[in-house]
Amino acid sequence: MKKYWHVLGIGIQHNLTYRFNFLARTVFGFIPLLAMLYVWRAIYAGKAQPEVGSYSLSQMTSYYLLITVVDALTAVNEDDWQIAADIKDGNISNFLIKPIDYLSYRLFLFFSGRLAYLAVAVIPVTLFVVGFRQYFVFPRDGTTLALFLLSTGLTALLQFFISYTMAMLAFWVLEVSTFIFIMFALEYIASGHMFPLDILPAAWQRVLAFTPFPYQLYFPVSVYLGRISGVELLQGFLAQIFWVVAAWAAARLAWSRGIRRYSAVGG
Amino acid sequence: MTMEFADKRQSGSEGGPSWNRRGIIRRYAGIYAALWRNSVAREMSFKANFLMWILVEVLWFALQLAFVSVLYLHTETIGTWTKWQVVLLIGASHLIQQVFQAFFLINCTNLSELVRTGKMDFLLMLPVNSRFVVSLRQVDLGAFVNAAWALMVMAYAARQLQLSPGFLQIAGFAVLCVAGVFIHYSLMFLLSIISFWTVRAQGIVYGYYNLFQIARMPDEAFSGAFRIAFTFAVPMLLVSNVPVRILVGKIENPWMPLLTLAMSVGCLIASEWGWRVSLKQYTSASS
Repeated sequence: MKKYWHVLGIGIQHNLTYRFNFLARTVFGFIPLLAMLYVWRAIYAGKAQPEVGSYSLSQMTSYYLLITVVDALTAVNEDDWQIAADIKDGNISNFLIKPIDYLSYRLFLFFSGRLAYLAVAVIPVTLFVVGFRQYFVFPRDGTTLALFLLSTGLTALLQFFISYTMAMLAFWVLEVSTFIFIMFALEYIASGHMFPLDILPAAWQRVLAFTPFPYQLYFPVSVYLGRISGVELLQGFLAQIFWVVAAWAAARLAWSRGIRRYSAVGG
Repeated sequence: MTMEFADKRQSGSEGGPSWNRRGIIRRYAGIYAALWRNSVAREMSFKANFLMWILVEVLWFALQLAFVSVLYLHTETIGTWTKWQVVLLIGASHLIQQVFQAFFLINCTNLSELVRTGKMDFLLMLPVNSRFVVSLRQVDLGAFVNAAWALMVMAYAARQLQLSPGFLQIAGFAVLCVAGVFIHYSLMFLLSIISFWTVRAQGIVYGYYNLFQIARMPDEAFSGAFRIAFTFAVPMLLVSNVPVRILVGKIENPWMPLLTLAMSVGCLIASEWGWRVSLKQYTSASS
């Protein structure tokens, strides 16, 4: 286990060299977010009734603020590209002969990347949230907060395992970036990044409930906002855990299949 | 002879007599044709990948349209913009972005790579205008396919709105779209040449993608400092909103189209100034 903590330390140091990149990414990221908030404000201003779905304007605003926070905590940054490059360039041969598990190694690098990112992004994100403080709601009670943190952790794992599995495609195809971008597009709309999923027509919501996407972002935010409770909350957590385990199994399976192919080619 | 002339042009001196200028245009057209042939050959050697990239762009475009449909489930208008007007706006914004992408985008994002690997030295030594060859080295052919999708969506939206634009409207729209392409190009080029100072400028370059997202939103939603900044400093709210306003007849006075043209010229001048400043202080990465 100790060796993986080393990975974490090295990863943080390495990632902090990109602090300017992280800062630029966070600050640039606020521009479309602000634009989105303006568009919603215009929509509410032109409406007779003060609600969209079951959201008032201030609830809608806090939804987007929380999406930003959860995204900063859990998004996979460059991990998928790096894993694919490791496979393509043959760097993984180094790991096959060492007593280190590649998936765990990458998982700790992912955590270190998030920590380094947060160390930089915490300043602009906090400033932004403070700027919108009248819209920022605090969780109802300690339990809600704890459940939110738990589901955010599961979200991070789910994000990582899905990205890892996608990157495994590099064993089979030369260029994985198109696949990654297609997945990213699906995640972008179906995970609640663009709009809260419960403003969709009911039929669409039922379809989405059968995919892992809502658990990649939307679920922890709804938990925080207290929009899910009772049996639904329990079902949500079970589904999220199911998808984390499924994505982990897919990642393991893809790796073992890929390695077989890799050694066959590398001979 | 022509080589000498090209060198003179590069150092900023005024062009020669008109017969010579025509020779230059022909020469540059010849070079550009060769760059096209090169790009076609490159794309066709990875056909599956070429098609996959088109699919990626189609998906992202569809996603924008889906987003608008969701918004308009809950409202009739955004400002004065109706649903099909916003579809037209998203189509126009995609069209402008894809044309920009076809000619310029890869070349801008590759600039930091050119500096990092030292290939920039080689390009600077070529007997052609260096900005020309840096900006237009590669053509992204898939982007033309995506621009065609955008036109189809626009045509459909125009039918829904029962628009029948006259020749002047279409001409005005086309001119303003070209102005928009040059705004995107100039700003992206300015961002890219930051890589002359810090070689790893990728984060800044990809930040520009976030700006595209503003260009496809109806301008009336914005107000205050945000609207001023994205009209007069980074004119994203002019790029596709103004041409679409011409098509749907939302233009009350001529200052908006004129401002768009002026901003386009201004951005071009600023990018040329930035290019010259950075060339002057360029020290090769490889030496």
